[in-house]
Order: sequence, then structure tokens, then C-alpha cells
Amino acid sequence: MEALTLDGNAVAGLLLEVFGTEMTTAHGVCAGCGASDQLGAVRVYRAAGYVLRCPHCEAVLAKLVTDGERAWLDLRGLRSLQLGD
Amino acid sequence: MEGTAVLGRLTWRVAEIADVRTETPTVKTLVLDVGGWPGHRAGQHVDVRLTAEDGYQAERSYSIASASDGSVVELTVELVEDGEVSPYLTEVAGRGDQMEIRGPVGGYFVWDPRVGGPVLLVGGGSGIVPLMAMLRQRAAAGDDVPARLLYSARAWDDVIYREELEAMRGGGLDVAYTLTRSQPDGWTGYSRRVDAELLRKVAQPDVARAFVCGPTPFVEAVASALVSLGHDPGRIRTERFGPTGG
Repeated sequence: MEALTLDGNAVAGLLLEVFGTEMTTAHGVCAGCGASDQLGAVRVYRAAGYVLRCPHCEAVLAKLVTDGERAWLDLRGLRSLQLGD
Repeated sequence: MEGTAVLGRLTWRVAEIADVRTETPTVKTLVLDVGGWPGHRAGQHVDVRLTAEDGYQAERSYSIASASDGSVVELTVELVEDGEVSPYLTEVAGRGDQMEIRGPVGGYFVWDPRVGGPVLLVGGGSGIVPLMAMLRQRAAAGDDVPARLLYSARAWDDVIYREELEAMRGGGLDVAYTLTRSQPDGWTGYSRRVDAELLRKVAQPDVARAFVCGPTPFVEAVASALVSLGHDPGRIRTERFGPTGG
């Protein structure tokens, strides 16, 4: 799966649709290691949906799946999310 | 039920191909005319949606290559062999064809003139695309913030925007190339992979903002080399390119 690594910039459109605001500049804190990163900088793996991983400890931060009308989010790996730059 | 869908806040707009430019043997620029385009910032993306006759849809995210200019949006697309979208965009699509785009999106990998300079841009392969949008915006705005581009490509024929970059040099902009696989006769540029030793020569000591874009291993190597040279990680913005399923 390493070859399919992207980063949060690639899901800017999907995140904007789900959250209703620009999210690549939002700061997320990893529930695993406590590192804080802007979502544009986190790793993204593309499969049936998208998996966002911490660039420091590789822990899963979030999972996103959409069918075009509905969206499913699993945000267990984010301790907090700060919106706004 | 109607009205319950959470998605759809972003509008899909119809984009019509006004022109196609061949950049290299595997890279094309699509000049799109997008009605109602709100303008964009250098470094932002669009999502492109193609719909097949049977209704099958494929979406991809592409960096915008052009500076904001009315209803014109330019996308530079590299052919990914076995890809789903890029073979159509680079080999089939032509003037008058339509597609859907939404955006602009993204705020992380974006040139903000308020940050000042000097600015360092490091691009690998088609990672030059959003960096070119930044240089075009800088030129269009008459911005004299000192900027330096280090562009890594396999060979001289793989260098995208070659003539435009040559014409842009000067006025506070330095352009350096490194060709990693083959070099033309009499080549005086660099001919090695981008590492700490090369960045020590090329990067300004007091970089206010560095933008690094390219394939994932390239971006990781450049970003960590910059940090090892003492550059503040908080000033480095990265964008990793596919393979995205192309």
C-alpha cells in the first residue's frame, strides 16, 4: 500500500464537502502520539475510501467513505481537531 | 429522501476544453473555460469528475497550473500508464470536450504573499505544477519577493514549462535544474538526486516558506533534508503526488 500514499491535500474537496469549510489548514492532534499536524500534511491512503494516518507514528487518524450522497466518518484517532489556520 | 444528502455543498461546474498544449511526450496541459469560476489561489486544486456513457464516474484531484485569470483554469496532467483518468485526459480529450470540475479547494499548500520571502520551491517531476502556478502568480502580480526554484527531472526533455521558466528567470527568481537520469551535452546544471548536500548549495539560509511537491519518496527526502540543514519544519509545506490510480 505504500505506493498509494498521498497526503491530505488530495482529499481537500471531500473534506470541504463533509465539514463545510476548508480543512487542509485545520490542526489535528493524533490520539496515538499526541503530535499536531495540519490535515494537508497527514498521510492519506486511498482504498475503497480514504484512510488518514499520522505522519509521525502511522496511527490511523480518520477514515472517510462516501457514496456521493452520504458520508461515513470514523474520527477515533483524532484527539482533537482545531478548525481555522 | 430529497434534501437529506449532506454532500453537495460544493458545486460541480461544467468545464470545456478551450485548448490542449503538449508539454512533454507524456504531459499535456488542458486549458479549460469554466463558467462562473470564482478565481483561485496559487497551489489550490480542483477535483475532476468524468462520467462514462454507462454512468460510471471517476474522480481525481489535480493541482491548478495557472494563475487566477477570469474563467480560465489550466490543468497539467501526466499520463499514468494503466491509470483510469489520465489516459483519457492526455490522449483522448480535445478542444470542445467537456468535463465536470469542483473547486478551488485546499489552503495548506498555497502561496500566501503575506508570508514574504525568500521562498524556496522544490519540485520533482510533475510536482512542478502547483509551483508553476505560484511562479505565474508571482509574475502576474509583479511580486518581487526573492524566490528560488529547484526542479528535479529525469532528463531535459521531461522538463515541463521549459521555455516559460527560462523566460521567467531574473527579477528575484533563480531557477536551478537537476537531471537525474540523463543530461544533454554540455550540461552545466546539477545531475544528482536532491539531498542535503545539494540543498545546502541551493536553498537560501533564511527561507520564510518552502514548498516541496513531487512523488512521496522525493517529498519525504527533501523535507527531512531541509530539516537536517536547520530549516524550521513549520515553514515547510509539502504535497505528495500519486500514483493516485491516475
